[in-house]
Amino acid sequence: MSQTTLPPVEKTRPVSAPRGTISDRSRAERKLGWMLAGPAFVVMLLVTAYPILQAVWYSLFNYRLTDPENRTFEGLGNYAVILTDWVWWQAIIVTVVITVVTVAVELVLGFALALVMAKALSSIRPVVRAAILIPYAVITVVSAFAWQFAFRIDTGFVNNWFAWLPGVSDTTDWFGGQASSLFVICLAEIWKTTPFISLLLLAGLAQVPEVLQEAAKVDGATWWQRMWRVTIPNMKAAIMVALLFRTLDAFRIFDSIFVMTAGANNTESVSFLAYRQTISRVEIGLGSAVSVLLFLSVVLIAFGFIKGFRVDLAQARGER
Amino acid sequence: MLGGSAATLVLASTLAACGGGGGGSGAPVLNWYINPDSGGQAEIAARCSEASNGAYTIEVAQLPRDSPAQREQLIRRLAANDESIDLMSLDVVFPPEFAQAGFLAPVPEDVAQEVSEGVFEGALDSATWNGELVAVPFWANTQLLWYRQSVAEAAGLDMTQPVTWDQLIEAAESQDVLLSAQGRRSESLMVWFNALLESAGGQYIEESGESPEEIQFGLSTPEADRASEVMAAVANSSAVGAGFTTASEDTSATEFESDDAGFMVNWPFVYAQAVSKVEAGTLDQSVPDDYGWALYPAVDEGTPSAPPLGGIDIAVSAFSRNVDLAYEAVTCIVQDENQADYMVTNGNPASSIAVYDDPEVREAYPMADTIRESLELAASRPLTAYYSEVLGSFLREFHPPGSVNDQTGERTETLTKAVLTGEQLL
Repeated sequence: MSQTTLPPVEKTRPVSAPRGTISDRSRAERKLGWMLAGPAFVVMLLVTAYPILQAVWYSLFNYRLTDPENRTFEGLGNYAVILTDWVWWQAIIVTVVITVVTVAVELVLGFALALVMAKALSSIRPVVRAAILIPYAVITVVSAFAWQFAFRIDTGFVNNWFAWLPGVSDTTDWFGGQASSLFVICLAEIWKTTPFISLLLLAGLAQVPEVLQEAAKVDGATWWQRMWRVTIPNMKAAIMVALLFRTLDAFRIFDSIFVMTAGANNTESVSFLAYRQTISRVEIGLGSAVSVLLFLSVVLIAFGFIKGFRVDLAQARGER
Repeated sequence: MLGGSAATLVLASTLAACGGGGGGSGAPVLNWYINPDSGGQAEIAARCSEASNGAYTIEVAQLPRDSPAQREQLIRRLAANDESIDLMSLDVVFPPEFAQAGFLAPVPEDVAQEVSEGVFEGALDSATWNGELVAVPFWANTQLLWYRQSVAEAAGLDMTQPVTWDQLIEAAESQDVLLSAQGRRSESLMVWFNALLESAGGQYIEESGESPEEIQFGLSTPEADRASEVMAAVANSSAVGAGFTTASEDTSATEFESDDAGFMVNWPFVYAQAVSKVEAGTLDQSVPDDYGWALYPAVDEGTPSAPPLGGIDIAVSAFSRNVDLAYEAVTCIVQDENQADYMVTNGNPASSIAVYDDPEVREAYPMADTIRESLELAASRPLTAYYSEVLGSFLREFHPPGSVNDQTGERTETLTKAVLTGEQLL
């Protein structure tokens, strides 16, 4: 029988690194690692875990900043209010639409830009890289204002330039409707954060071994075949990390919406909703509950990426 | 070197911020948090500091540009009992909330008496909560009906008589000119609707109570329906600009300087702006020469005009370490000379009635009498400790203004109540 030939314990143990046999050297390295990273880890706990836990705690109360005496325990009441309100789901839909559209477009554009940066003539490469990265260096609020001014009906030039397009005229009010407002918001986001994705993808491109490309070339593969069969599979980890970071970022969109529409015409995102409850209405309890739900959404996305697409952050750093 | 001087700067400003107690031999420093202006409040601060003969020094700190952001900053600081705030320039809609939260130091009896004399009633109302003066009116704003004399003449409108919104729509459409109002999703939409509602004889809040449940709204009334009807009629008329749902006061002012200009409701800053543009050479003198002004339009013939009321009240923080000195400073700040000077140099109308007889004011403002008359009739926006919720609910239902109908008021009332009782998000 099989049990007699192979003891069951053996199966669960990785063959290459059996437990309990760490060498002195790697134990010392591990200790050094903890000593080096430990202080940063503690600081991280203090500045991130503490506010998160505080928000979770506050979210259980009916607590208005201007009326602290009447703070009452609500249990999960705030969450019930939020999750049964259409406003919340509307914000979720808007946020998901913005996230999906911007991340998809940015991935394609970012990849193209990464290729340009990688393949540009070495004499102009620094200039090309700097030019591509400039939008990422612009503060989001500034970029949002710039795009708003460009599209506004009174100060903008977009209507004038693109009047030949069907549906665009001198009197097109881009911020007067939901779809057109979201279009401008997405455009501003894409312009601003595509460089970030292309930077991560550029690092991924550099990891694709040149020998594989040459071997494929010798085998007669076309440029397109090499791209699909060699380059992209080999940089899957980098692509996934880029996607993960951008998705998490895009899901928390706030500045562009705040500046461009201030939430008019149903363009509110989840972050905007959290801002309105916490900062404008000073309803700390309700606002904390929105923030906690936003946090959970972000955790869910990260978890989905890491488990669903098997993104391995360590692999992306080139550790394995 | 640079780092060193930056550190010194930071240190110096930190020290300045903590200077409320006035350590050492220097005069106590009073920190006055102001809304951004053209430097007028800083000048008044310097003048009053000097006049105090060393009793105090007022230092100004600038708040964000728009009033909701000013409130957000102040309210968070005060909730944390920030002692570095002594005086605050508060938009007229905020004193109730601050007072209810216990953030404002009670106004001493003698000060209350002194600063209430000769002040517009509307301005005093805005600074009063639960029957007591909680802040001191500084300047009072109001919207006028601005018109191009040439257009009104061509349309055959007699502007010496009260005009209605319907007349304006008709005149603007017949002359193919713009009727400019503020349709943007912001405070200005509330300013407009409240003026319509008050002119129709209604009130946004019929009875304000201590707790949110006790507030009685006047939005499910025929008056509110009439106000909604007028709002939609303006927004859907061909007389408004293409971007009406995003039009702000600045948009209107720019429209009114254009060749298509006809009529506009707006604050008096538009006149000063046009004059300064002429001085800068970017606008022809014939444009402001064509400007005419009248009282805010009425909803119906025979109903009174109820112009919007704006402006700034000065409040003293309950956490200030120098409340007495702060009130001494307030009485200096709101003196008629300062208000007159502020009106001439910064374009913000005074809350003191006597200022409108000042020769300098009358020279700078040919419409001084109209402003005074308008301020006498002006109606406050809803006074409530929950203004942020009231405004937010209103904007959710009333924007875009073109889709407003006779159900909108009732829906807003339901939403506001649900938000105030914590049953709905905003």
